[in-house]
Amino acid sequence: MSLRGRDGLGGRAAITGIGATEFSKDSGRSELRLAVEAVHAALADAGLTPADVDGMVTFTMDTSPEITVAQAAGIGELSFFSRIHYGGGAACATVQQAALAIATGVADVVVCYRAFNERSGRRFGSGVRHREPSAEGAALGWALPFGLLTPASWVAMAAQRYLHTYGLTPEAFGHVAVVDRKYAATNPAAYFHGRPITLADHAASRWIAEPLRLLDCCQETDGGQALVVTSVERARDLPHPPAVIAAAAQGAGRAQEQMTSFYRDDLTGLPETAVVARQLWRTSGLAPADIDVGILYDHFTPFVLMQLEEFGFCAPGEAPDFVAKERLPLNTHGGQLGEAYLHGMNGVAEAVRQIRGTAVNPVPGAERVLVTAGTGVPTSGLVLTADPQGRTRSTTGPPLHL
Amino acid sequence: MNGEPEVHEEFEARLKAYEGRPAAATGVGRDPVNEPMIRHWCEAMGDTNPAYTGPNAIAPPTMLQAWTMAGLSRRPERTAAYDELLGLLDESGHHAVVATDCEQEYLRPLRPGDEITFDSVIESVSERKTTKLGPGYFVTTRTDIRAGGELAGTHRFRILKYAPARRPKDPKDRKDPKDPKNRKDPKDRKAPEERRPRPVVNRDNAGFWEGVARHELLIQRCTGCGTLRFPWLPGCNSCGSLEWDTVEASGEGTVYSYVVMHHPPFPTFAPPYAVGLIELAEGVRIISNVVGVPYDKVRIGMPVRLEFRRYDEELVLPVFQGVTR
Ligand SMILES: [Zn+2]
Repeated sequence: MSLRGRDGLGGRAAITGIGATEFSKDSGRSELRLAVEAVHAALADAGLTPADVDGMVTFTMDTSPEITVAQAAGIGELSFFSRIHYGGGAACATVQQAALAIATGVADVVVCYRAFNERSGRRFGSGVRHREPSAEGAALGWALPFGLLTPASWVAMAAQRYLHTYGLTPEAFGHVAVVDRKYAATNPAAYFHGRPITLADHAASRWIAEPLRLLDCCQETDGGQALVVTSVERARDLPHPPAVIAAAAQGAGRAQEQMTSFYRDDLTGLPETAVVARQLWRTSGLAPADIDVGILYDHFTPFVLMQLEEFGFCAPGEAPDFVAKERLPLNTHGGQLGEAYLHGMNGVAEAVRQIRGTAVNPVPGAERVLVTAGTGVPTSGLVLTADPQGRTRSTTGPPLHL
Repeated sequence: MNGEPEVHEEFEARLKAYEGRPAAATGVGRDPVNEPMIRHWCEAMGDTNPAYTGPNAIAPPTMLQAWTMAGLSRRPERTAAYDELLGLLDESGHHAVVATDCEQEYLRPLRPGDEITFDSVIESVSERKTTKLGPGYFVTTRTDIRAGGELAGTHRFRILKYAPARRPKDPKDRKDPKDPKNRKDPKDRKAPEERRPRPVVNRDNAGFWEGVARHELLIQRCTGCGTLRFPWLPGCNSCGSLEWDTVEASGEGTVYSYVVMHHPPFPTFAPPYAVGLIELAEGVRIISNVVGVPYDKVRIGMPVRLEFRRYDEELVLPVFQGVTR
């Protein structure tokens, strides 16, 4: 039941397996291992295998992330992962999240879990720090002692491999920076308003983490961005034409880490973006050629190239040329390199403005916009489209609400 | 080192005997839970949560300890048992003390009018631990707070009683600096903030770092399906098995990718320097440093060979010697 009436969730999903570790005062093993054991036990109870799982839900402030439990439990790609905040109040909500995902076809088999050493964990370890380091911390711990310390350096490790594989030079990344700054230059809201750059400027900017230069890295921003979402029907009665959410998807790749996925496949792509892309194309029924504007997450330029390739706008290794030739209007607000770094939220707003026709750098007739989120981490994406009914009306007469 | 463990065992058994004994006399809250104290607390904390006002108000859970406080005029009464325990630690050289942390559990909300009683026990005394401050013992006391006789919450308080670490100033510790085997790398003397970040060691990867200490680079091997894996995790991504053993890396590898770090500078690392993603001959990858090669000569595909380098008193890392052709 929702506050205003019956919801569509009742009777759509069921709990089909349960499993736990022993309950003790001192488990003698890590919280991550406990989580994996519990997941295995529940799957066995359900008569399913890790290969069947495509969704995971846990609590925030859990030390074992969904992707790490998946990695250690033999679970592959995930199309749904969620954490609910607010401590113990989350328990039933994890099941609700799973049911929502299942009822809507976002996932087929969702495992909800929570595992911890509440009792012994605080005494484990040496020194004055009592807490067992989390799995999240441990993942980073493989890189930090060697001086691989910054997000730029984590991206650079994959970027170097990309250049090597396709026989490119670091200038390949410059096209993205130039395009972003071109649009920012004519966007009064952009931090870099009025300050376009050239490829030569890019090539002359100093190294940050070679092969990344200063102009490959986005700025840091203070600011905020909010979005209001409602039903399409309701939105039709509001002042602006709706930007319909034609598709929305999450994605984590196999053996995903947060920015440090160095140990899987060939490092020249973004497998998590591929998971998002497959779902967005399938759900929206669209293909790359149908997209009018791309708002691609650009905290670092190399990952814009890899996203274009993962979404199928061009073949692997061809994205630098694709961007140089401006085959697709890209980051028309100036992106995060040019406008502001608000973790992608300002990009969603730009997509809405393009569909409304109110962008400062409007793409004529833009009706279908792809928006993406943070790259190199478990990620997400949207396809926003103009209202099909609005389009029908516009052929018979001027739309009412423009 | 030899012989010491027995002494510790006997001593630790004596310490352990204090577990479960009262740490402070049973007490009664000076005032029942009351609205004025709640209001003062919320104002001082800037907490505007509506749950703490109005007819059904509860007390902020974090006030737990406040209801047991004796006020300015009295001191909480330690028991003889607690005094003895601290005395034992003092006598054994662990005379320094530092509060390390406290934690609270809330079992039921406290409401105005609740009468508070509490008692405190020595919950645990740890084994001897090595800490940056020096070797010592963690002593945890637990106070159970009751409202109307019903357990409402617990408050744990932990201290470290330790023997302050000695700086090597004794003449017998001073070695001939001209003797090359006593010449310490200047990196050994660095202040903590100038040292490399520590490895993040937990139960799932401790075996790797134990191997490093023995100058072995250990790769996990799934005993279910035979897949080698790195980084260390408790289970296999190929088959989900939790059973594993290790194989020692041959030490041969190649540079799979690399980064040259330029900016920002960190105290420990002097940019520019190269960080490599090394693909071991066994097929797994590890982040490490390529040494013996100028930073601008590192290349993808360059053969490298494992060696172990000490960076300070505590830190040994597996690094890779570049083999230039
Ligand atoms: Zn396996």
